[in-house]
Amino acid sequence: MSMRTEPFVVNVGPQHPSTHGVFRLRLTLDGEKIIDAEMVVGYLHRSVEKLAEGRTYTQNIPFTDRLDYLSAMSNNLAYCMAVEKLVGIEVPERGQFLRVIMAEFQRIANHAMAIGSFAGECGVWFTPLMWMFREREKILDLFEMTCGARLTTNYVRIGGVSFDIPPEFMPAAKALVKELPERIAEYEALLLENEIIVVRSRDVGVLPPELAIAASTSGPVLRGSGVMWDIRKADPYAVYDRLDFDIPVGTRGDCYDRFLVRMEELRQSVRILEQALDMLPGGPASVEVPLALRPPVGEAYARIEAPKGELGFYLVSDGSPHPQRFHIRSPSYINLTPLRDMVLGLTVPDAIITLGSIDIVLGEVDR
Amino acid sequence: MVFLAEWWDLRDLGNGVGAFLEWLGDHGPDWLPYTVSAIVGSITLLVFLLTSLLMVAWVERRLLGRIQARLGPNRVGPWGVFQSIADAIKMLTKEAITSANVDRWVFWLAPILVAVPALVVFAVLPFNEGMVLADLNVGVLFLVAIGSVTAIPIFMAGWSSNNKFSLMGAMREVAMLISYEIPQVLALLGVVIFTNTMRMNGIVGWQDEHNTWLIFLQPLAVLIYFIAGAVEINRTPTDIAEAESEIVAGYHTEYSGIKFGMFWVGEYFAGFAIAAIVATLYLGGWTLWGLEEWVPGWIIFLGKLYGLFWLFIWMRGTLPRLRIDQLMGFAWKFLLPLALINIFFAGLEVLLWQENDLAAEAVLPGFAIANLVLAVVLIVTWAQLLGRGRPQYRPTRARLVKELGAVVYGEEA
Repeated sequence: MSMRTEPFVVNVGPQHPSTHGVFRLRLTLDGEKIIDAEMVVGYLHRSVEKLAEGRTYTQNIPFTDRLDYLSAMSNNLAYCMAVEKLVGIEVPERGQFLRVIMAEFQRIANHAMAIGSFAGECGVWFTPLMWMFREREKILDLFEMTCGARLTTNYVRIGGVSFDIPPEFMPAAKALVKELPERIAEYEALLLENEIIVVRSRDVGVLPPELAIAASTSGPVLRGSGVMWDIRKADPYAVYDRLDFDIPVGTRGDCYDRFLVRMEELRQSVRILEQALDMLPGGPASVEVPLALRPPVGEAYARIEAPKGELGFYLVSDGSPHPQRFHIRSPSYINLTPLRDMVLGLTVPDAIITLGSIDIVLGEVDR
Repeated sequence: MVFLAEWWDLRDLGNGVGAFLEWLGDHGPDWLPYTVSAIVGSITLLVFLLTSLLMVAWVERRLLGRIQARLGPNRVGPWGVFQSIADAIKMLTKEAITSANVDRWVFWLAPILVAVPALVVFAVLPFNEGMVLADLNVGVLFLVAIGSVTAIPIFMAGWSSNNKFSLMGAMREVAMLISYEIPQVLALLGVVIFTNTMRMNGIVGWQDEHNTWLIFLQPLAVLIYFIAGAVEINRTPTDIAEAESEIVAGYHTEYSGIKFGMFWVGEYFAGFAIAAIVATLYLGGWTLWGLEEWVPGWIIFLGKLYGLFWLFIWMRGTLPRLRIDQLMGFAWKFLLPLALINIFFAGLEVLLWQENDLAAEAVLPGFAIANLVLAVVLIVTWAQLLGRGRPQYRPTRARLVKELGAVVYGEEA
């Protein structure tokens, strides 16, 4: 006997506990099986790209804080690199090192949030998230110590950084870097061998490398699919070419691989930090740059390996103090594009952890 | 009815009530003691459960705070002990919204009914030798019957809410409860086979008499019952019916204020009921190898109850959630066959024991060791049979590379 069934539509979001903001996923279900998924973005659109065209280059730095508000340092860095490329400013070595140190601390803070909320979506009742917030808190304290802000740092400036580090920064940072490997081992003990996490995320939300490349994904999502790619090595910026680190890659492209890659990136970031803190040279941290900067007519694109993937800023200058075109290549938005192919045929819980494993921030998706 | 001591003897709180009822019987009509006993008993149980709830809710939040490297409630009163009371007042005073297109009768009835089954379970559980509201001779059957009623109010809530997430939660809950009912009942049967009675006090007495707890004779059954119980009470490792990160809040998405509070209360009551059943059937109830002579039995019983509930709190703080199909597969492919094998061996052992008229002291330790070995062997071999033993491919670290450009997709580690 065949029963007559009909598909029904469920709106996951914009108000839903696990959409990381106001993302809306319109799922067409047959029972609990997903037969169609439609992504609706735009609930957090603030028109940053247009607003930036009316402000000067320096005034635009705080806007970048509010894109991916979980990794403001990386956003500042990418934007300032684009402006420096446009104008042709050389940043002093100490400034470069400080940028790397802050960006890597930011990567740990971001991955703490990403892994914690991924585990939360697998159903752990906040424990990993809270454990990771303990370390994230210390990183944010370091940021506060340096520039007075914790989340929207506005720290990296055109030509260097806003403040040199205070004397108490070094001991605190070194103590934290020494402590982190133990803490990471704790997270691994809690999550990595966990049978339920493995059965929930193994072979779920598979993203084959062809699709990952075709969809132009980057960051842990691309590396989870087994593609060896990292801007820090492919197109080294700041001082990454002088630091020794490895690129973690997955072999199956499923949620578990993306989780493993992030877990390993925590360790690699600690490695980078150990070296960078030791190698930090003296001298000035930044060069003087006029406040109303008038870059020559031209265009520039600068990209970095942000915690979520390739973050690029494309700037067009017409010689005036404000950019003529300000375009953001945001990793969250582009990593989200293959989501439909990843979740078709899965169930609602699988779709949720697949979304969680991509690690999006809506401030960056919608801009 | 036999009383252990005078009415003022606190070792058994039933004494005072018994004495009062006797006095009532002597001075009034026959029906009066029965009615008064029922009223006094139910009110006592309700008060006990609500007090426990307030206390355990606070303890749980403090413990979860410890597990999660934070403080937990610490503002209302010393160490935040009055937090639960503040929360209760908050829930009572909040608006209980009834959304526009709900099925009103069912929507209102569901939160009222949801706490009842767990409450009724406590009627047959002995807190001490005489402290049991209804010493039914079919106690175990009663537990099973009442336990499965919980599905109905939850389904009522999910159906009447007119919300897709609620409906999905309710569907999951019903499927889950029905599946886990079977291994649960089969696990309880092992107890009945050994003790040859379904009366709760009889089961506790058997354990006392033979100086052993059934957890030693039925380790596999305890595990099965505990897991199935954890599924039934909907707490975090198996809170699939209200999976917060997936279907918002499952069947109680549309509930607010005290109506939501009733679901919350019902969840805790059910948790207490499962813990109390495990304590009574498998951990010797109010007995503790002679200590019940010195310490009131109800304190021992409550200690065991809260100790078991602590396991639920611990699980909540540690484990992720399974997917519904995985959880159902676990019930049918893993727990059910193991429960059947367990019953078979329990029956075989009792047959061996009774037919040959062996001395209990001689055979029971042997059975205990044999059953423990059996449990371990069965779990391991069955897991391997299902291919759920350690998968061959399970890296615990991502592969590290230095060069770029290549693709390692599909390569085995």
